[in-house]
Amino acid sequence: MASTLAIDGLDAFYGEVQVLRGFKLDLQQHEVLCLLGRNGAGKTTALKAIMGLVPARAGSIIKDGRDLTKLAPHEVPRTGVAYVPQGRRLFSELTVAENIEIGLMARGKGRTTRESVLDLFPVLRERLSQRSGTLSGGEQQMLAMARALCLEPDVLLLDEPTEGLMPSMIAKIRETVAGLRERGVSTILVEQRVDAVLSLADRVAFIENGQNRETLPVQAVRDDPAFVRRYVGVE
Amino acid sequence: MGFGPYFLLASLEGLVTAAVLTLTALGLSLVFGVMRVVNVAHGEFFMLGAVLAWAISTAFAGHPSIGFAAALLVSPLVVGGVALLAERLVLRRLNYDPEATIVATIGLLYIVQQLALTFYGPDARPVQAPFNIRVTLPWFGYSGYKLAVIAAAIVLVIATWLVLTRTKVGLVMRATQYDRETAQAFGIPVDRVYAGVFALGAMLAAIAAVLVVPIQQAHYLMGRDPLLLSFIVVIIGGLGSLRGTVVAAVLIGLSDGIISVFFSPTLAKMLATLLVALVLVFRPQGLFGAATR
Repeated sequence: MASTLAIDGLDAFYGEVQVLRGFKLDLQQHEVLCLLGRNGAGKTTALKAIMGLVPARAGSIIKDGRDLTKLAPHEVPRTGVAYVPQGRRLFSELTVAENIEIGLMARGKGRTTRESVLDLFPVLRERLSQRSGTLSGGEQQMLAMARALCLEPDVLLLDEPTEGLMPSMIAKIRETVAGLRERGVSTILVEQRVDAVLSLADRVAFIENGQNRETLPVQAVRDDPAFVRRYVGVE
Repeated sequence: MGFGPYFLLASLEGLVTAAVLTLTALGLSLVFGVMRVVNVAHGEFFMLGAVLAWAISTAFAGHPSIGFAAALLVSPLVVGGVALLAERLVLRRLNYDPEATIVATIGLLYIVQQLALTFYGPDARPVQAPFNIRVTLPWFGYSGYKLAVIAAAIVLVIATWLVLTRTKVGLVMRATQYDRETAQAFGIPVDRVYAGVFALGAMLAAIAAVLVVPIQQAHYLMGRDPLLLSFIVVIIGGLGSLRGTVVAAVLIGLSDGIISVFFSPTLAKMLATLLVALVLVFRPQGLFGAATR
């Protein structure tokens, strides 16, 4: 299968502390690739490095023939990469409609995109004039995903989207990600919940000490719990 | 003149102070709100606006309104250009670090001030008002120009509010204010937003200065009081809050006018500073301060 995003030899630092060491990852078309690893392994940093929010000192991130490490952070989303950060990071003082508008502006999308995104999350349509910081946790997560989908991305980066949500909301998020895969969107998912990973992922990359130790089809991970035990420390 | 008319006169004087202060403080508040930069050189942008207003208006012969109109147009643009240059050469290189930029803008303050002393000189110089109309009230006559300053400030504050709340540019500025990193992740060129906001803040101070020079004289040290009062206003109103800035500027301007007329200007400054202390103790985020990330 063709590669949508290819990361090779990526070094990234927070200040002088190196977090990613020769990081490699190959995201294929129409797949959900999950990053699993312990806290501090470098999963979130990998997503931030793709977005240019943590500068890369070495290596490359190739998408559609362009090296994203050579772009300014604000240019990355224009290449079709959208990001749902950990903790949602909504513009909490802005309304739901304004958060969606920010997403639309990122790639110059208009009313058609807005309507199709609101069709995916109808509850947001009823909350358009509400300040986003006053939404429930589940609604905030939906808005964070809606804002990202306003870019009509072909690569979606999701950082712990089910964190702190009730089961019905988690099911909605899973359903949305699966639906996006059907529509041709490739997703990199950082997730702590192993059950969510195993039910949703096509492949799993195990991250340890800022490196991708191995990438396996999800069936191989299901068949041998030793992988999860070794890299995540849970059964 | 009885107490009532005397009080009305003091209030009008206070409103003129409030008008000029609102515009100046609005610039400071925008810069801090969006960029988290405490611009200690803000008063010098005000002074530069006034000094340039004198230079531009005296370059035009004929009716004073021609020179004044030219000053009102050109002076804020030049000051905005200077601010852009400072942002590019200094603040951006410091990565907008809150502490480093305080020190840097203190340096900028002295550079601009000394350049003004060198090229403009130590004298205070008047700029003629664009018109001399006296509005006759039943108790006293009042300067039509001063009333125009109040009206101009109201128009500019409403325009700024409309830009911030009803336009895409305003939305981008607010998003950057609330979360710089996420703004970048949604295609917002934060560096360009910062440059624009810094220039806009300086231009608002320059407009305030051009409006005030027919009332006060242009002088190379005239940036000190506006800086102090602007800080008082933005701390009381809440850093980065447009509504808070306007409310606090009117409060401080009016009290300054009234207390100065009935008691002394020094007492007015003392009370304003005391109010800041009380706000910092009991409501550190200011009257209308918003949570930011």
